[in-house]
Amino acid sequence: MTDMIEVEGVTKAFGGIVANNDITLAVPEGRITGLIGPNGSGKTTLFNSIVGYHPIDSGSIRFEGAEISDFRVQQIARLGLLRTFQQTRIYSKMNCVKNMLISVPHRHESYATIFKTYPPEVTEKAERLLEFVGLYEKRLLISGDLSFGQQKLLEFAMALMNEPKVLLLDEPTAGINPTLINGLIDRLKRATREFGITLFVIEHNMPVIMGLADNIYCLSNGRVLAHGTPAEIQKDGRVIDAYLGGHHAVDSEESD
Amino acid sequence: MVNNIALLTDVPILNVQLLLDGLLIGAIFALAAYGLALVWGVMNVKNLAQGDLVIMGGYIAWYLSELGVHPILGLPIAIVLMFAFGWVVYFLIIRYVIERDLFTSLLATFGLALVIQQLLNLAFGPEVQITESGFAIRSMFEGMVTMADIKFIALCLAAVLATIIVTFMKYSRMGQAIRATAQDPRAAKVMGIDTGRVYAFTFALNSAICGAAGVLISMIWIIQPFFGMSHSIRSFVIVTAAGLGNLPGVIIAGLGLGVAEQYAGFVLGAELQQFSVVALLVAVLVVRQIVQGRRRQAVQ
Amino acid sequence: MTSKRVQILLHGGVLAAGIIAPLIFPNYTLQIAVLWVMILFAMTWDVMGGQMGYNSLGNIFFFGAGMYTCVIVQIGLYYDVAKYTAASGMITVNFTPEQYFTGLALGMIAAALVCAVLAVILGWIVFGLRGPYFAIGTLGIALAAGELFSAWEYVGGGGGIALPVYPGEPDDRAYFFYLLCFTLAVVTFAVLRRIYASRFGLAINAIRDDEEKAEGMGIHTRRHKTVGWCISAFFLGISGAIFGNMIGFIEPLEVAFPTVTFGIFMVVMALLGGKGTMWGPVIGATLFHAFKEVTWIHLLGWQWVALGAFIIIVVVFFQQGIMGWIQDKRPHWFGIVVDEAGAAREIELEGAPRRTGAAE
Repeated sequence: MTDMIEVEGVTKAFGGIVANNDITLAVPEGRITGLIGPNGSGKTTLFNSIVGYHPIDSGSIRFEGAEISDFRVQQIARLGLLRTFQQTRIYSKMNCVKNMLISVPHRHESYATIFKTYPPEVTEKAERLLEFVGLYEKRLLISGDLSFGQQKLLEFAMALMNEPKVLLLDEPTAGINPTLINGLIDRLKRATREFGITLFVIEHNMPVIMGLADNIYCLSNGRVLAHGTPAEIQKDGRVIDAYLGGHHAVDSEESD
Repeated sequence: MVNNIALLTDVPILNVQLLLDGLLIGAIFALAAYGLALVWGVMNVKNLAQGDLVIMGGYIAWYLSELGVHPILGLPIAIVLMFAFGWVVYFLIIRYVIERDLFTSLLATFGLALVIQQLLNLAFGPEVQITESGFAIRSMFEGMVTMADIKFIALCLAAVLATIIVTFMKYSRMGQAIRATAQDPRAAKVMGIDTGRVYAFTFALNSAICGAAGVLISMIWIIQPFFGMSHSIRSFVIVTAAGLGNLPGVIIAGLGLGVAEQYAGFVLGAELQQFSVVALLVAVLVVRQIVQGRRRQAVQ
Repeated sequence: MTSKRVQILLHGGVLAAGIIAPLIFPNYTLQIAVLWVMILFAMTWDVMGGQMGYNSLGNIFFFGAGMYTCVIVQIGLYYDVAKYTAASGMITVNFTPEQYFTGLALGMIAAALVCAVLAVILGWIVFGLRGPYFAIGTLGIALAAGELFSAWEYVGGGGGIALPVYPGEPDDRAYFFYLLCFTLAVVTFAVLRRIYASRFGLAINAIRDDEEKAEGMGIHTRRHKTVGWCISAFFLGISGAIFGNMIGFIEPLEVAFPTVTFGIFMVVMALLGGKGTMWGPVIGATLFHAFKEVTWIHLLGWQWVALGAFIIIVVVFFQQGIMGWIQDKRPHWFGIVVDEAGAAREIELEGAPRRTGAAE
């Protein structure tokens, strides 16, 4: 079992605030790795560092063994390392099928292929994936007209269309109706099993991540607080303290 | 061109003339640019009619002086008239542009610029005009440097106006409301600030500032109905170089632009002076991009 | 299938009208030729502005650059350009018909290629600029070019430069240039239609809708932007070459780089018709041109004021344009599926509000 992503000693500060402090973690191939932590613990910052949205201050990020910490977003995406957004991002003026078509992998594109049209197989694949996430009926609707949950599913399908090796999901279940969450979890698992995509998931919903991930990292105040299987994490006193500490006044609705 | 540079080093006193002229006109550029920074920062309107408001102010002073009103007395009249004009324009056009995409304000104010310059052309004709202020022109350094008194007076007036505006923005209720709205319009609204009124006032204030700058420009330089665009470009150069909400930056960039333009006009020849202003705009944009663009950066 | 028949009728009708128009209105041949150039302006602007979401205010730069490239080639092939312009029309140079048409053909090709190369170079500078800065930057480039050519004595400076005289009757000349303009507009339409249907079209739409997402999905955004800009420049360059010859005299600020007139009109025309659509720019340009011609005849002196007011009204109150408006009212005409019943069901099913979680 090799590690797809290796993060080593990554530090990232914004002004005086250290969002990530000497973070070291690994995402093993073909597994689902979870990333949890209270709000403001640096999860999304770490994602942004990995996929190249901002430079890191120190440390190293390797993808399939190769250093990518000074690559830019597009280069990293073309390597097969993709992320979805916490605030869903789709091309809202196109219909779903077009959203899917434009998401094909861009690894082998050149100036010669720029004006080609998509062969029917690609459209078929797009429709198959839309069916996979349960949006086949909606495939000709303008994607901006879909409900928020459906847009999340569409974004997930678009990510699959891109044939990534690793997919970083930022809170896939946030804002989705609880009755649909089980279906989504099932699809995430199938994505790993059937398409061989390694997943790295930020999630606030504890039951979801415990049922989904093979192993979990917990961040707190920009540092890795704990690492282990879901069972180990659930028992870890530091993790519980971090969550309760972070949510003193607020009712911690997301963690129960 | 090389000859002109050689002339500057051989006769250093020429530099004094260029610097003086540049700084004095630059101060007025800075005044108009401050107005642009105001509407841009507060209501996110990129006003391409900025220069045409300037020229319009100039024509008010010129017309009044034809009627026998001295331009220094014409200055407050122009300010009041332009304030009213700005208020009207706000209710006719600008209020529909706020909160629209970035491009709408540029194009709509371009249409406004077209209307203003053509109306001025219809009213006053396409000739180049100067508002005569009747002040002396003195020479210094054995006649090598000439300086009209009106230029110093204009500089003082610009400084006085700038002080008034800054004081107003800092201490008056409306000034505070404007600043609050600039920071967070929604919060300002929740706190009971009538943002519509704030926007109207801001645009009217900008229009008045432009009008004042125009009066000064008509006295120390020339005005013509179609000169508005180059003044708009100047304001954009200054604001882009200085950034929003940076008054010292606006002043420095304004003075710098004034000097740069004088030197460009002298070294490259008068026919390339206009070019140098626009080229400076492109250069400032590119530099800004290089400064901001680190190797890894999210799309803004 | 009926929509296909409508399409064929529409295309055929426009083609037929284009060919017949100068025969019916021989006195207006050049005016109608200008209309085709306007349509081309709006269409090429829409590549960037409508389809890609990059609102350029300086596309007219390529029009002037093409014009000057063409004239330099036309004259330079047979004479010394500097001497020609220094004489400022005092020497009449006679080109044989063969020389004239060779020069024109090579000039048009050169104009297209030079403009495409210029687009690559300028793209390298301006594509880092976003939003209003892109618009202002491109505007600056076009304005600067006009001023620069005004001071460039080699091509006649502000005094301008006269083009070789067409070897033939004035009526033939008008029809010849009419056909060039018409053909160019039709070819441009066909090419754009073709590339909008390709993956290029989808990619630039994706850039328009969400550039950050497009980058995140690995789309070669910069490459697509550059190619789109090149296509605009290519056709604008040829149109400049033709237009210069049609007018017969090039002057930098009014004819070659009319940034604050044609340069802005092309934007307004595309907006009026509906940006981001195939037919919008065509319709918008036609209406705008008609409005302009009518005001020019009936509102002498006030025509520019009327035009400015018209621009403001279009930009402020009617920005979705004619095609956008029809699309709103009759989406199924455009193959857009709106499932209102389904959408309503969904809202009932998923009451979950859209989270506005603060980014960490």
